[in-house]
Amino acid sequence: MADTSFRYDPLTTAQEWKVAGRQVAIATVIETWGSAPCAPGSHLVIDRDANFEGSVSGGCVESEVISQAADVIDSGTAKILEFGVSDERAWSVGLSCGGRIRIYIESLV
Amino acid sequence: MKLDDLRRLNTARQQRQTVLRITDLHGGHDSIVVEGEACDPLLAVPVSAAFRSGKSGSSEIAGRTYLIDVQVPPPQIVVIGAVNVGQVLAQMAQLAGFAVRVIDPRMAFATPQRFPNIELYSDWPDEVFATRPLDAYTALVALSHDPKIDDFPIAEALRAGCFYVGALGGRKSHSLRLQRLAEKGFSAADLERIRGPIGLDIGAIGPAEIAIAILAEIIQSLRRRSIAAI
Repeated sequence: MADTSFRYDPLTTAQEWKVAGRQVAIATVIETWGSAPCAPGSHLVIDRDANFEGSVSGGCVESEVISQAADVIDSGTAKILEFGVSDERAWSVGLSCGGRIRIYIESLV
Repeated sequence: MKLDDLRRLNTARQQRQTVLRITDLHGGHDSIVVEGEACDPLLAVPVSAAFRSGKSGSSEIAGRTYLIDVQVPPPQIVVIGAVNVGQVLAQMAQLAGFAVRVIDPRMAFATPQRFPNIELYSDWPDEVFATRPLDAYTALVALSHDPKIDDFPIAEALRAGCFYVGALGGRKSHSLRLQRLAEKGFSAADLERIRGPIGLDIGAIGPAEIAIAILAEIIQSLRRRSIAAI
């Protein structure tokens, strides 16, 4: 039987999607401060149609990361995003847990 | 990230090797380093620290910021003894994200009907370990109560540096077990690593509650240990 621990694995998914011809971006948590459910090294992978697998927060900033991922795929240029409670934009996407996170988004080429 | 780099990373992870990826956050340049391989000497210190701690993060070196993303093998639980506690433990451990393997040479116990969707072996543990060895990211849970089945995997788990080694049994059978292992040359410090009576003391009654106590103790060992100590 296959190793079930890779069943919902974002990096495995990213490879499968890319091999299948889909355009893929990978978001990685670089740093966290305070309350943050996803440790540095957590991944969210996103395709051009906004399908995604994995997580970079408890669901607070995923929608923003997914929409930024489309830009990264189109431009081919990586981005670093930072979210925190003091940030109006982040507040609007709901990072209300009191934490701060920095996320790197790049395209898979 | 290049697809070839991602392939190399995923292959190493599937082979249960610790692997990391170094990304220059300004230039986007990537490299993949499997534990034991040489890396850029400039990055040797943070790279070896990341391998030791198993923690990802960013690092400032010579005015540049690097993301060091470490991927340690997914933790797995090897259950010796396809008994009732093992049935519940196997299901719960999969939900909690562990890869699970159940081994029992007694054909009557190790049946797919009793362990649906679980990686199951009706072989002796040494036969299974020959192709699926124990490692530092493995928890070994001995539940068979039978020294002929349990003793070898417990000894092997101590040798392999498994992050958790637990054995079911009352105080008397546990002290006899420790005596047998001491005769095989294990030190008192080695033997102290075996959790017995098994499981956190939550007053568990019955197979399901015992399985919860064992799983909680495994998670405690995994999250509170320092990988450097292995």
